[in-house]
Amino acid sequence: MAEILIVDDSASMRNMVTTTLQTAGHQVTDAADGVIALGSAKGKKFDAVVTDLNMPNMDGIELIKQLRSLPNYKYTPILLLTTESSADKKASGKSAGATGWLVKPFNPEKLLATIDRVL
Amino acid sequence: MAIDLEQFHQVFFEESLEGLEAMEHSLLEITPDNVDPEIINTIFRAAHSIKGGSGTFGFEQITDFTHVLETLLDEVRDGSRQITDQIVDLLLKSCDCLRTMVNQLQAKQPIDDTEARPLIAAFEAILAGQETATTPTSPKTAEPATTESTPATTESSATMNAEDYNDLVMASVSTMLNGDNEPAGQAASASPSGNTDTDGRWKIHFVPEPQILLTGNEPNRIFRELASLGNLSVEADTSKLPDFEDLVVDECHLSWTLWMDGEVDKDDILDVFDWVLDECKLEISREGESELSASTTTEQPEPESQQEPQQEQQPSEPAAVTPAPATTTQATTPAQATTATDAQQTAPSTGASASASASSIRVGIDKVDSLINLVGELVITQSMLSQLSSNFEMSDIERLNNGLEQLLQNTKELQESVMRIRMLPISFAFNRFPRMIRDLAAKTGKKVNLIVNGEQTELDKTVMEQIGDPLVHLVRNAIDHGIEPSEERIAQGKPEDGTITLDAYHRGGNIVVEISDDGRGIDPEKIRTKAIEKGIIGGNEELSKSQIYDLLFEPGFSTAAVVSDISGRGVGMDVVRRNIKSLGGRIEVESELGSGSVFRVYLPLTLAILDGQLVRVGDQTYIIPLISIVESLQIKPELVNRASGNTILYRLREDNVPIIPIYQEFNIDADNKELENGLLVVVESAGQKIGLLVDDLLAQQQVVIKSLESNYKRVEGISGATILGDGSVSLIIDIPGLINRVAGGSDPINRSNHTQAA
Repeated sequence: MAEILIVDDSASMRNMVTTTLQTAGHQVTDAADGVIALGSAKGKKFDAVVTDLNMPNMDGIELIKQLRSLPNYKYTPILLLTTESSADKKASGKSAGATGWLVKPFNPEKLLATIDRVL
Repeated sequence: MAIDLEQFHQVFFEESLEGLEAMEHSLLEITPDNVDPEIINTIFRAAHSIKGGSGTFGFEQITDFTHVLETLLDEVRDGSRQITDQIVDLLLKSCDCLRTMVNQLQAKQPIDDTEARPLIAAFEAILAGQETATTPTSPKTAEPATTESTPATTESSATMNAEDYNDLVMASVSTMLNGDNEPAGQAASASPSGNTDTDGRWKIHFVPEPQILLTGNEPNRIFRELASLGNLSVEADTSKLPDFEDLVVDECHLSWTLWMDGEVDKDDILDVFDWVLDECKLEISREGESELSASTTTEQPEPESQQEPQQEQQPSEPAAVTPAPATTTQATTPAQATTATDAQQTAPSTGASASASASSIRVGIDKVDSLINLVGELVITQSMLSQLSSNFEMSDIERLNNGLEQLLQNTKELQESVMRIRMLPISFAFNRFPRMIRDLAAKTGKKVNLIVNGEQTELDKTVMEQIGDPLVHLVRNAIDHGIEPSEERIAQGKPEDGTITLDAYHRGGNIVVEISDDGRGIDPEKIRTKAIEKGIIGGNEELSKSQIYDLLFEPGFSTAAVVSDISGRGVGMDVVRRNIKSLGGRIEVESELGSGSVFRVYLPLTLAILDGQLVRVGDQTYIIPLISIVESLQIKPELVNRASGNTILYRLREDNVPIIPIYQEFNIDADNKELENGLLVVVESAGQKIGLLVDDLLAQQQVVIKSLESNYKRVEGISGATILGDGSVSLIIDIPGLINRVAGGSDPINRSNHTQAA
């Protein structure tokens, strides 16, 4: 069991990821954008972070940069939710400090398999 | 683990519809010469989210559609494409089309893409216009028709990418040692052998860059994953380790050589290293073969990156890579291919079971917080009262009273807060109008401005859902028939642009929604003439101006274009009024010839609570909705008139009102069965009146409506029930139902038929 932070501005994706991870026994905190996520992350130490890229207020890239600057998240696995059409985003995500990515669309099984890779 | 994705569908539908609304709203704000990047971002995000969600939940047609949208918007966003009126129009049409598609999904109907296909084709044509080598061909959705020859083309979906990329690989890297993305179904033929040769173990040389740990990628984890594929042995090379004093804790100076079972698919091995390819040197080879080096940041021809329009050197790149690092080219392929297969696999699950989608409501967190607060107070009051009761003395009576007073206050506030949860700002209903007016103005060639006030006024969700169509009708009428063409306006000295104003505000327990225009107004004389023509009123009837305007809502008032400037005003207006009435509301018209009209819709604050008049018949208490009561009176025998059959009429000024004795209607006992000196409550619905004979008038109070249907069954003449202060159940009389039965249909009563009382 791990504590996981999921960040996505889409409620249905948040629901789906949260429910899937919870069903697998993880403890999940969700956030609708980078600002909220950063607030939740500070003063805590999640075991993994899964974040969308395109979000209002603070996008995924900026969130990753901010997280990596916090001592608690220096080595934490951070996964990007990307679509197949954003290879350049993968690259900028990586250079911001992302661990890896999960390509949308994905199903619950794939999500869990990917999470298991980093835990 | 099986997780039923269907449970998330409803949220997806709601969020998609919301996204479309935001998109439409933003589109309407765009002017080609002044494009706010934040607006474009909002539109992009909406399209992007819908695409992501639809892909995940297997709604392929929506994914395909939003993909072209997204591609185009991405170009607008990065500045490589200018947004034009044509694009805005297309995007607005796409909103409509997507909304229809989402609605179809929501209703579990098959998606009709006849609307979508030409739109997709139009987008593809626009997108292709930018590419040099491509010609826009087939408008078919899922075919990569325009993409095959030019890798730089942008309009490819997940499927296309894989296919596309495949072709590319086949064409230029056919001599490659190892194969291809076989997970993608259509790629099967392209997959060369060699992958699964069992001869010889895999030798993997893995040299991470020192900073690999800083992206959370731990070599250990990678090895663990490799080990799950098959037998693995690992040898670490510690030769590059710096001296202890120079050791930096964040840096990785180890490298490894790993051996893996030969029958493991090479793609699977590459997959494991997928995330770190840009942070390491990786060589994978069959033991004994010459080692091909793979790796590092620069040489990764990811097919997706070809979507970047500025990267025009891309097409040649795979060829350039060919000679040396054959393995590299495939590095990203597996991920690609999997994506494609996923999209295909998740699709069939769509049209599964058909359960009615429960309606849900999104509530502001402040409302929930205030509820929690109030419940907290209620708990305090409760504990105070129970403490008081444990050792009660007469001297405590004042404290008891205070406590009860507080309880009353808490209950009232709690009730109000709970009711507020059902309330939504009327902007939900108003939001569609900017778009509608834009379209209608374009269609009619008139110039129309829209002013919206009171958007934050809140309305019950059910009322909101049902008021939409009547409002649309009224606004459409205002543009069609109220606002004059520009020339006519200028000739009359009015501003060239017509103005439609929507307003919503509270007035005495009602919400008033106003639709006003500064158009030509409605001529009462013409209405009168027409109503006489149609036989709705008698030729010599004296009617006030507002009574005349009421005629607009009579069924059958206007079905043909008889009077030019008001033609159509009456089409469906009876339906508008009926809908509003069924919500417990009413509509009135004010108009000044030459300067405009105001349609004012009065709506109840909520449907869940009603202002009721309690009446007693025998030992039963019934509730009559206050809004339907015209007056209550003591019967004067000389005004009673027995008509043919069993009908008893009561002469009320101009009208003859049928008397319905409640005790007869519901077959119960009553104190007073005589008409003489009985109490009559005159009620009205849809312009028709009846008189209800009751024993006694009791209090007026707000009652909470409980559905009889869901708790018991539907009962003729009763619209619901409530629980009174003493705990007894009281039935709410269905006035429109009763009146319909008496009138034997919905024919309007004949106003000119004045029978003399006997």
